Amino acid sequence: MSWGETLATGWHAIRAHSMRSLLTVLGILIGIAAVILTVGLGLGTQKDVSASISSLGSNLLIVSPGSTTSSAGIRGGFGSSTTLTTSDADALSSKTAAPDVEAVAAEKSASESLVNGDTNWTTTVVGTSTSWLDVRSRTVSEGRFLNAADENDRTTNVVLGSETATELFGSPRAVGRTLTINDVTFTVVGVLESAGSSTSDNLDDTAVVPMSTMQNTIVGGTSRTAVSTVYVKAVGTDEISAAYQETQNLLLNLHGITDADDADFTVSSQDALVSTATSVYRTLTVLLTGIAALSLLVGGIGVMNIMLVSVTERTREIGLRKALGAPPVAIRRQFLTEASVLGLGGGLIGAALGIASAKLLPSVLDSSIIVSPTAVVGSIVIAVGIGLVFGVYPAVRAARLAPIDALRSE
Amino acid sequence: MTATLTGPSASAASATPPVIDLRAGRKTYTTGSITFEALRGVDVRIERGEYVAIMGPSGSGKSTLMNVLGCLDVLTSGSYRLAGHDVGDLDEVELAQIRNEEIGFVFQQFHLLPSLASWRNVELPLMYRGVPRHERRERAALALERVGLGDRLDNRPGELSGGQQQRVAVARALVGEPALILADEPTGNLDTSSTEDVLALFDELHAQGRTIVLITHEPEVAERARRVVRVRDGLIQGDGPASALHDDRGYLHHPTSHDDDTQEIR
Repeated sequence: MSWGETLATGWHAIRAHSMRSLLTVLGILIGIAAVILTVGLGLGTQKDVSASISSLGSNLLIVSPGSTTSSAGIRGGFGSSTTLTTSDADALSSKTAAPDVEAVAAEKSASESLVNGDTNWTTTVVGTSTSWLDVRSRTVSEGRFLNAADENDRTTNVVLGSETATELFGSPRAVGRTLTINDVTFTVVGVLESAGSSTSDNLDDTAVVPMSTMQNTIVGGTSRTAVSTVYVKAVGTDEISAAYQETQNLLLNLHGITDADDADFTVSSQDALVSTATSVYRTLTVLLTGIAALSLLVGGIGVMNIMLVSVTERTREIGLRKALGAPPVAIRRQFLTEASVLGLGGGLIGAALGIASAKLLPSVLDSSIIVSPTAVVGSIVIAVGIGLVFGVYPAVRAARLAPIDALRSE
Repeated sequence: MTATLTGPSASAASATPPVIDLRAGRKTYTTGSITFEALRGVDVRIERGEYVAIMGPSGSGKSTLMNVLGCLDVLTSGSYRLAGHDVGDLDEVELAQIRNEEIGFVFQQFHLLPSLASWRNVELPLMYRGVPRHERRERAALALERVGLGDRLDNRPGELSGGQQQRVAVARALVGEPALILADEPTGNLDTSSTEDVLALFDELHAQGRTIVLITHEPEVAERARRVVRVRDGLIQGDGPASALHDDRGYLHHPTSHDDDTQEIR
């Protein structure tokens, strides 16, 4: 009896009880669909997070004031400390002190109201230097970006995000228009190309002013030299770790700190941000995978159960086949094939369900799901394997039946 | 494997070896502490081309004898040669092969697989012999034609009458060209006219030189055979021509009381 015929016989037997077979493979079906969704959700989330982090710019190191400890969480003052200043950023710009750093852009940001006549729009106003455009990988769609003269002369020029411009002036074409921030009139000299929104913030809703203007006109006070973030761009991807070391050492030096554990600032790379963000989802993935594995186990037991029922029901058939000359191996193979075909069926339907859900769910979940072909093929193989493994016991039992007893059973 | 089955005796004997050569056959069943001797030393020899009925009441050892002859069970002691092959030393796999090649079974309950068309039922023995598919279909069709069901190839057993179903079973027994056709109460589930159909078919097959062994408890069926072997209490009680079934006045002689047999009649 060839494999093809064995397979056909198995399929035939399953079709004879299609409803029962479907219910049997329900566990496997759900498990496989869950595996595909879980893997897809993991991949999708990872992609979303990397996309949002790489939207910050490429080859970036992010220096924040205060410090965090990765295991114990956030130490007090992180993000709101005033330990990072414009002079730190200036020092990092030095080619001799930090040869692997290409450019540095310090950001001092504050939430302010922008006013154009009756229109009032609150957004993040960012004071920064001319290198910002390059460091943050942004481009200007209209007008120009801030230049050295703006910085030196503390001009009241502003570059708007496309959304901010639209909100205030009804269109992104806002060059030459004026607006007021804290009762100071600013002139729009450029509008940024849209960069889309990341999960953390809207990159198109912002207003960029010269750092000097930000310090003196908008914020003022004692902490005027403090900055909220310093973006450090490495020369290339391969130089990121060197740039990291240089940044870390230089800042420790400048701040007179000998032990890196006592640092009053934090340098993080994009990779580190990605892994922090994904670790949250990893916990979720482990949980979902556990459910999927449990479902597959239950499904496997279901297959074994129904195969045992099938062996009992078909005792006479087994007896007849044996009387006609079927060796034990042929009987064993027949039932193993049947169990595998059940697994395969469950796997295929489960995969179809998983793929369909992966297409439908993102619109509800607001998270992308990437269907991995490896996961689909792998899970179908697993489903067949489950059928095979849980079919062994029933198949062996069938093969061991004595032909006379089997023929005589009612 | 083939070497085992065409044993030395097959070539050693100048004449064709007997189809059945059972000597001092004993079969003991043990259930817990109770031992039961189903066969207590049975000698049967059946030559090629014979048509033999084995008769006996229930509990006579008739069924055990049928199982031993059909290689479905093995003797506790004694020797059994089927068409020259010594069956005593064979393992489960070899027994399956010898059943497949040398025996065609016909059962009381037909034992057809209900979900398969007639020709698919008939081809089963060939399938386990590894005959290619197209040849199987051809031979199954021929066998079905042989039993007069050439137009019922694609019908399932449920669409056939009892007599037709048993004829499909006979076709299945014939298809592998076995040395022996072993029929266990083949008419037990049939009405009178179907019984006659099937018995007529056996007569024809016998006329063509087939070896047929028929197990029955019905004298009307047994008398169709040329030779009747009577079994009682695990021993051969009588072995002779079928005419011996009739007494002096020509009436059919019932060797056992009918009360014993009612359980077997369904």
